[in-house]
Amino acid sequence: MSNLDKLHAAFVEALDVDPSGITDSYSYGDDKWDSVAHMALVVSIEAQFDIMMETDDVIDLSSVGKAKEILAKYGIIV
Amino acid sequence: MQPIDKLFQAEQYSIPQVKRDKLLVAELNSLTKFHYNNCPPYKNILDNLGIKVNRRRLNISDFPFIPVRLFKTQKIQSIPDSDVLKVLTSSGTTSQAVSRIALNRETSIYQVKALVQIITSFIGHKRLPMIIIDTDTIIKNKSSMNARGAGLVGLSNFGRNHLYALDENMNLKKDELTEFVNKFGNEPILIFGFTYMIWQYFYEECKKNNIKFDIPNSILIHSGGWKKLIEISVSNKVFKSSLESYFGIKRIYNFYGMVEQVGSIYMECEYGHLHTPNFAEIIIRDYHDWKVLPYGEKGIIQTLSVLPRSYPGHSLLTEDIGHVLGVDSCPCGRKGTYFLIEGRIAKAEIRGCSDTHAETVNNMELAG
Repeated sequence: MSNLDKLHAAFVEALDVDPSGITDSYSYGDDKWDSVAHMALVVSIEAQFDIMMETDDVIDLSSVGKAKEILAKYGIIV
Repeated sequence: MQPIDKLFQAEQYSIPQVKRDKLLVAELNSLTKFHYNNCPPYKNILDNLGIKVNRRRLNISDFPFIPVRLFKTQKIQSIPDSDVLKVLTSSGTTSQAVSRIALNRETSIYQVKALVQIITSFIGHKRLPMIIIDTDTIIKNKSSMNARGAGLVGLSNFGRNHLYALDENMNLKKDELTEFVNKFGNEPILIFGFTYMIWQYFYEECKKNNIKFDIPNSILIHSGGWKKLIEISVSNKVFKSSLESYFGIKRIYNFYGMVEQVGSIYMECEYGHLHTPNFAEIIIRDYHDWKVLPYGEKGIIQTLSVLPRSYPGHSLLTEDIGHVLGVDSCPCGRKGTYFLIEGRIAKAEIRGCSDTHAETVNNMELAG
């Protein structure tokens, strides 16, 4: 599975969204991505990539595009 | 750069009062004008009081304030309904009026960032294994997220491997708790909950069932009001010493905050003093004439915050009583105003999150 596939899988698993809706602009506050779902998303992403994000990154994780930037900080290129 | 950006950019509690005061005053001048121009009920109030909004205010004590109670009686927002991202409600029981606070994206982002800056300055940036002394049913009903739920979700950003330690009937999940502590007990654990619930459903239950952990590296953060605990003679001092002697927890931080100003929380330092963060200030006023009281004198607390952009909650008169201890001089080293809370004004209608829960339980018991 590519890193992009893993990222999409994390979003689908945590937010129960249709994969077609997972574009870079899909953001916190949009359909299904609320504050409660956000914690599930963090757990999913961490499990998919075997990382542990810092608090600041958990907060910065505000869109799919931003998720890619954050993953890069942990050495994961999506 | 706007004053609010400077307040966010600087490390928390690092700005000396005189400098911070200037930034707050500049931001509050523009916020007061913004809300006056965009929130008709707020404009009416200021007009009726004969307050001139266009006069530039030089001191933080010059800004008009409205009672927190107003948010219970009418819809007060400065944005069109289409810009409302979510509505926060206070954790009132059915017998109480509930505050409704409309947030837009900007305010919501400021709130989260503020909370992160304040809390990480106390506990660091690494997320810790976290025990939440509450039930997860409170966050599952998303359509009616109240202050208690929002508080739990907000604080959960600082943790990982979250364990909600209570079931839906407020019973302690003893086996899960023991398993969690066995697994993570060697590292610092973050424990969060509302003050009364930690006492009643965690501490008392552990004692009763002889469940004992030694978790000296752990950090406990709690909030939500003391009313119920004061009734059973549990002061902040007793609370801290009991939890320390039973679990070994040394780092215990209470914080003062309200749903009408989420994000602007006042954390208790190692010396037991509450501190104003970069983006907020408190002023103590006389009950009779609203004059500003000198340090050390007890009065009603006015809270000012630069975070509310979607509703005129930037300057509020609370129903809490307290006194200022000093400015820039706390032995913990944090800059800014530091203070203590004494309680609520008599017959205040509103209560804290944990007190509300206690009341619900008591009412249910009476009804049953």
